[in-house]
Amino acid sequence: MAELKVTAIKEGTVIDHIPAGKGLKVIEILHLSRPNGGVLLLASNVHSKKLGKKDIVKIEGKFLSEEEVNKISLIAPTATVNIVRDYGVAEKFNVEIPDEIVGILRCANPNCVSNHEYVTSKFYVVSREPLKVRCHYCERTMEESEILSNL
Amino acid sequence: MEWKGRDVISVRDFSKEDIEFVLKIAERLEERLNKKGHLEYARGKILATLFFEPSTRTRLSFESAMHRLGGSVIGFSSAASTSVKKGESLADTIKTVEQYSDVIVIRHPMEGAARLAAEVAEIPVINAGDGSNQHPTQTLLDLYTIKRAFGRIDGLRIGLLGDLKYGRTVHSLAEALAFYDVELYLISPELLRMPKHIVEELREKGVKVHETTDLEGTVPELDVLYVTRIQRERFPDEQEYLKVKGSYQVNCAVLKNAKESLKIMHPLPRVDEIHPEVDRTPHALYFRQVFSGVPVRMALLGLTLGVLEG
Ligand SMILES: [Zn+2]
Repeated sequence: MAELKVTAIKEGTVIDHIPAGKGLKVIEILHLSRPNGGVLLLASNVHSKKLGKKDIVKIEGKFLSEEEVNKISLIAPTATVNIVRDYGVAEKFNVEIPDEIVGILRCANPNCVSNHEYVTSKFYVVSREPLKVRCHYCERTMEESEILSNL
Repeated sequence: MEWKGRDVISVRDFSKEDIEFVLKIAERLEERLNKKGHLEYARGKILATLFFEPSTRTRLSFESAMHRLGGSVIGFSSAASTSVKKGESLADTIKTVEQYSDVIVIRHPMEGAARLAAEVAEIPVINAGDGSNQHPTQTLLDLYTIKRAFGRIDGLRIGLLGDLKYGRTVHSLAEALAFYDVELYLISPELLRMPKHIVEELREKGVKVHETTDLEGTVPELDVLYVTRIQRERFPDEQEYLKVKGSYQVNCAVLKNAKESLKIMHPLPRVDEIHPEVDRTPHALYFRQVFSGVPVRMALLGLTLGVLEG
């Protein structure tokens, strides 16, 4: 019970079932390393029935936008998002990789027009497992490692 | 499919029906042109050719097509002479040029430039090559050439020879041929094999694909031999280029056991992949292929302008 008290938040978001080791990357892409005033907690390598090991990120005082949820889905497709209000889970859902990824990913092709002109990047998901996306502009396919380093 | 106002950016945007439709219209235009000498469908219409990098052949082909449709042409043939040099964005150039014209043809060194231009412009945009990505009108004219020579595409055995790794032309041609019932022979040096994901995609679509390094042994099987140049500038490494440079030359000796009806194609320009002695044989189809660019581009211009009816 003592442990729970430490990690409970009054209002905010708990991102659960993040594949072990990806929690820091989630924090990074949500720009949470810049403190927003609330408590930020990362639990890594937590035992999980579903995943064996998992990471959990708790963010006090923040609710995620659709764009942020989509970002998380690319890094942690197994993640569940819990919206906490008054110390209780008010809403819970699984993240889902969208069919189109708009604005949150840079194209890995240095000669792609999207890296030179003022445009919103756009990718089509061609495969979810393994994750592969195709750039709307240059039509090049990016694989998981490239996707993660360009988020 | 509504053609008026449509953009022509990538072979990926086309269905088999789209391709067949363009080929049919091109054939009809070619016949009318032969009969009348000149056509008037696009009278009063203006084509802007925006060549941010030079490609004289492609530009002349589009300009010829527009003139033969009765329209006129404005444009530039290198970015050096335009306000792009002053740092103008591509989007602004397109928005300006569309005030002067009814259809835009764009050639650009960056991949995706044509797609962006099409999003910005209200008028139709035709891609004449965006970096190493797409050159859809080349693919359509290749298909048209095959269809005119054989009366069909289905049932043919087609060899693609040369740089299958970096060659943009053969990638999109292979993808388009996957719509048809063809057998493909991919002939290249080991180092320049067709990318695995394209070969897999072709097989998934039911195309029978053979990969080989042996040109002479394969020639007797073929109805069409599509030759490409090994382009020095596409190689990241000069050493790699030197290893494969001059790997193949199509000459009369190589063609000794070819079918009489074998046709040889090449997107041109050639260096030494096809010996000039082949030009005088009935196998040579590459200059006819250049000509095919005109009716195919006439069809695309006329359809997207909305001045041709199906
Ligand atoms: Zn791109």
